[in-house]
Amino acid sequence: MMEKITTLWNKFTSSKLCWPLAALCCVLLFNLFFTKDFFAIEIKDGHFYGVSIDVLNRATPLMVLAIGMTLVIATKGIDISVGSVIAISGAVVASLIGGKMEFVDGVQTFVTLMPMPLAILVALLISTLLGMWNGLLVSKVGIQPIVATLILMVAGRGIAQLITQGQIITIYYKPFQFIGTGFLLGFPFGLFIVAAVFALTLYAVRKTAIGMFIEAIGINAVASKFAGIDVNKYIFSVYAFSGLCAGIAGLIICSNVSSADGNNAGLFIEMDAILAVSIGGNSLDGGRFSIVGSLIGALVIQSITTTIYALGVPPEITLVVKSVVVIIICLLQSATFRKIVFAKKAEKGGMIDEKNAAQL
Amino acid sequence: MDGNNSLLQAKGIYKIFPGVKALTNVDFELKPGEIHCLMGENGAGKSTLIKVLTGVEILDGGDIFLDGKSIRPRSPHDAQGLGISTVYQEVNLCPNLSVAENIFIGREPLRFGRINWKEINNRSRLLLAKMNLNIDVTQALERYSVAVQQMVAIARSLDISAKVLILDEPTSSLDAKEVGQLFDLLRKLKAEGMGIVFITHFIEQVYAISDRITILRNGELVGCYETAALPRVQLIAKMIGKAFEGFEKSYKKGEERDTPDDRNVFLQASGVGHKGSINPFDLTINKGEVLGLVGLLGSGRTEVARTIFGIDTADSGEIVIKGKIVYLNTPVDAIAHGLAYCSENRKTEGIIDALTVRENLVVALQAKLGWRKYINKKEQEKITNKYIKLLDIKTSGPEQLIKNLSGGNQQKVLLARWLLTEPDLLILDEPTRGIDIGAKVEIQRLILSLAAGGMSVVFISSELDESVRCSNRMVVLRDREKIAEISGAEIDEKYIMQTIAGV
Repeated sequence: MMEKITTLWNKFTSSKLCWPLAALCCVLLFNLFFTKDFFAIEIKDGHFYGVSIDVLNRATPLMVLAIGMTLVIATKGIDISVGSVIAISGAVVASLIGGKMEFVDGVQTFVTLMPMPLAILVALLISTLLGMWNGLLVSKVGIQPIVATLILMVAGRGIAQLITQGQIITIYYKPFQFIGTGFLLGFPFGLFIVAAVFALTLYAVRKTAIGMFIEAIGINAVASKFAGIDVNKYIFSVYAFSGLCAGIAGLIICSNVSSADGNNAGLFIEMDAILAVSIGGNSLDGGRFSIVGSLIGALVIQSITTTIYALGVPPEITLVVKSVVVIIICLLQSATFRKIVFAKKAEKGGMIDEKNAAQL
Repeated sequence: MDGNNSLLQAKGIYKIFPGVKALTNVDFELKPGEIHCLMGENGAGKSTLIKVLTGVEILDGGDIFLDGKSIRPRSPHDAQGLGISTVYQEVNLCPNLSVAENIFIGREPLRFGRINWKEINNRSRLLLAKMNLNIDVTQALERYSVAVQQMVAIARSLDISAKVLILDEPTSSLDAKEVGQLFDLLRKLKAEGMGIVFITHFIEQVYAISDRITILRNGELVGCYETAALPRVQLIAKMIGKAFEGFEKSYKKGEERDTPDDRNVFLQASGVGHKGSINPFDLTINKGEVLGLVGLLGSGRTEVARTIFGIDTADSGEIVIKGKIVYLNTPVDAIAHGLAYCSENRKTEGIIDALTVRENLVVALQAKLGWRKYINKKEQEKITNKYIKLLDIKTSGPEQLIKNLSGGNQQKVLLARWLLTEPDLLILDEPTRGIDIGAKVEIQRLILSLAAGGMSVVFISSELDESVRCSNRMVVLRDREKIAEISGAEIDEKYIMQTIAGV
């Protein structure tokens, strides 16, 4: 029995998800003691409410982004344009649905310039096209990913403002607000979007050969090409997919605040997305990836943010506190750092291993 | 015994990798002014022993003495500081830096706090001139052949004024003349009192240069012998650990070759070329034959393969496969037409190092099938286990990372990768480079039996005797041009050498 537990424990500690989960547990544990009612969940109007639900809800855009970003990073790439794509996606959907409020006989009625599903479709299509643009630059033209996506990162905000004509468009159309604020089966609707994107992606990467190809490309693109993998096609596709994910995240954010702000929607969120992937135990050097890890990473980041607000840390130092926490998490995840800090213990363990091995 | 006269001594070395005991109680001794060969089959533990001695891997047990003092190198840098320098099997330099930068990287001479480029370039030039290598040291390293890169790596080690120089397969990518140059250099260094550890698979070279031989097998020490007192047959018997038989036979097998039916053409290339790498050439490959491509390093052997396989897209001529004109613009196209190519650069163009043996094995087949037709994991494991057994791949299992395998076993995985796609034409570029005699013979036999089974094989090798043994026909290249085609009775080492030399 004991042995079984030990092997299970060893399996867990050697798994890639061990450290991201540990990080999440640390943050949650901290909240258990220091944040009032962090885990308290109450039911209002058939919906679950509470700080933890709020964390999940607020993390939805980041989680969707992190899924797309994971695949891009797995190919040894990076996509820093996702924040701008979020802004564009929001701007497109807002301008297609329109910011008009009309009253008929004193009663507010909801009007759209274009049917909502069509508007959403157009926004997602444009986001995917933007992702394809990135993919084209990286795979066909051969520009380094960070430079290629930097172009859209800078230009994208301009495009978004062009679409909204420099204004913040407010959306009064109620059904659209459901995406970011609605509830389904008691849970925020956004979570279902994440679940759907996650399930589809996981199926694509683990039940088809796409996952292995992406990992192979990330580890050794030349050898992958020689083995017959159409490297350019897959690199192109992951950027297109990342664009689509950013588009979805843009819709959630836009719907959540009922407005499209070309300037501030999704500002700096690309950094959080990259960080989520990294905290999730994925190497920025490409190769092996874990989408679950990235989702945990996203939750860690959102938990930290929410905790900082809940504790009433003065706004001017929230970023500093956040960065300190992130540094600690990253250090704990670094094998080299752990070796240095826990060296004494490890050496002891190593001696025992050596003895055992010699006896074998 | 002059045991106290040893320069470098290792006693009772243990090294354990997850699932593999790489070294068990291994002793090794190097005297000053000696060239000492380390021999053994793939996975015998030669590279691991070197890595332990040079601090790349930390040993799990045992002691190392340098000049009688106990040392424990923690990193290659550490070992270098102690006077142990290494040149590894695969060149470990920065290809995009200049030759001179590569020689002085990490220890650039300074002048007023700034790098003294003049001195770096001058000293590099002198250093290489000593090795009879006169090249422009300010050019990027990648512009030179692997052979030159290898020499630069050695020059770098020498300049760190080593007491002990370790050469891991230094000659596997050098041609005869360059090997001669290298050996002259080694003899000079030996006379100066340096201890040299030399790992190679070329038996000839062992007897040409070494004073003593230490043999390892399966991570254990077989023994240490005076080279002059150990006959070749015994050396090989000790390496493979069994009575030496069937070896000579396979050497002679090649003479019974027959020329396949000419109407049975698989691939015909006419006027195919790629500007800057290979001049237009004509080439016919028949079904079920082994076509040897021979020539000096850089003569265009690899370039022919790369052009046919669609890596360097042909910019002239046409390729006809099974009577139809085809356009092979990418490896994907080539594979779809039944081609397979095993690159000479195992590390950079072959293995995907952080993936498992299983994934490395099925990747080409999976790529050929496309992403939708996923071979499920169970099926993958079945295939992998089958090939591990079939090719006798030494690994702790299908889930072992391929980078933990020895060079020869990695090569076998790559061969299996392509065999799995059931190609009509298999192009093998230096498939036996850096692997031991036993595996070499195995691979040669495999090639012959594949050809007997109807597969066409293009075989590229720097070892002429190997090419002669395996090929039905041979194509000779010189200076990026096809100069001759040899078949039948003309296949003879001497004649081919004359052709290569252009006499």
